[in-house]
Amino acid sequence: MPHDHPDSPHALLPPDPALRVKALETILTEKGLIDPAALEEIIDTYQNRIGPQNGARVVARAWSDPEFKAALLADADPVLAELGYYGRQGEHMVVVENTPQRHNMVVCTLCSCYPWPLLGIPPGWYKSDAYRARAVREPRKVLADFGVTLPGDCAVRVWDSTAEVRYLVLPLRPEGTEGLGEEELAALVTRDSMIGTGQPKVPA
Amino acid sequence: MTRVHDMGGRFGDGPVVPGAEDAPVFAEDWHARALAVTLACGALGQWNIDTSRHARERLSPKDYTRFSYYEKWISALADLLVEKGVLTREDLEGKGPAGLHALAERALKAETVAGALARGGPAERTGGPKPRFSAGQAVRARIPADNALVPGGHTRLPKYAAGAKGYVLRLHGTHVFPDSNAHGLGEAPEPLYAVRFFARALWAHPEHPGDEVVLDLWQSYLEPL
Repeated sequence: MPHDHPDSPHALLPPDPALRVKALETILTEKGLIDPAALEEIIDTYQNRIGPQNGARVVARAWSDPEFKAALLADADPVLAELGYYGRQGEHMVVVENTPQRHNMVVCTLCSCYPWPLLGIPPGWYKSDAYRARAVREPRKVLADFGVTLPGDCAVRVWDSTAEVRYLVLPLRPEGTEGLGEEELAALVTRDSMIGTGQPKVPA
Repeated sequence: MTRVHDMGGRFGDGPVVPGAEDAPVFAEDWHARALAVTLACGALGQWNIDTSRHARERLSPKDYTRFSYYEKWISALADLLVEKGVLTREDLEGKGPAGLHALAERALKAETVAGALARGGPAERTGGPKPRFSAGQAVRARIPADNALVPGGHTRLPKYAAGAKGYVLRLHGTHVFPDSNAHGLGEAPEPLYAVRFFARALWAHPEHPGDEVVLDLWQSYLEPL
């Protein structure tokens, strides 16, 4: 099969990726190694239940509650576990705070590490070669691809997730949000603002 | 390890194309299947996260470069299933024996999914060597960025940082060492540090004098300065 390295077992599967998954799924199901109902449960979890709304609630609460924010920044794991935001790919969380002088941004140059319990499955661009290659070397040009410009006196700190520690960016609270409650604030928090490639929305 | 996956700092990849915030989690149905099949097979307990990362990195450079993201996952999974003796090449060709597999009793069930995902797989361990470095200390990332135990083996030291001077920002605790764990040589936990590097220590033409990159690096990746 010219598409694959010929010595690799994966070359024995069909070349079309959708058929390739289907073939493997069929073989594994017939042998009782995977349960189709468990697959549905995994997909439903990440498609519908776990996503950036979790992280947005954490950010909104940190914006509203100084004690919560201090505890979150000091040691995020127990704080997040108490909220139920613990689990696969979020076992060791560190929350990093943006300030007017420092903007944080997260990448995994080696694969696609990402805080699943807080942000869900990463978007396609996060896993792309371009983001993985460029985020560490030219974060400001990457931010420009997202339409984000930083003031000249603001330094960028890029976190490359090389271990099992996962990072969440705590963005700057937008101006003009003084009277808003946690739910209204959470609606301003975007996924990209928690990766560091975007800023929160500004209230209308 | 071909290092084709180790692309930090590489030139020539073009613009990043942002996606809409409300885009579907899985762009194609088969992406969701690939993720779910991979997670379900992980639950069989025949390998760990470092083994599976290494399996993706070991795809031939031609395959790694051409394959889309989840195609890498599913292809590495097929290779790993054969390598670990769970399936045979005949099974992949649809010519294997029928019937239940000896590992079938370990299969993840719908009712155990939530618990398994919520438990996760913490990498922090007690014991191991004592921390050798403290916050603020200057260190150098080891060069070359190769696995010290296994020729061509897995490592989580990106090549762009090898040989660079940085400063310990914090100690994360003692974590499973991927260079050992990926090869079935044990967890060999080591202190893990967040180390900050000035962009100017990594790149010839940094964008801004104040910019930094932080990496999580195990103790044996680091030398004192």
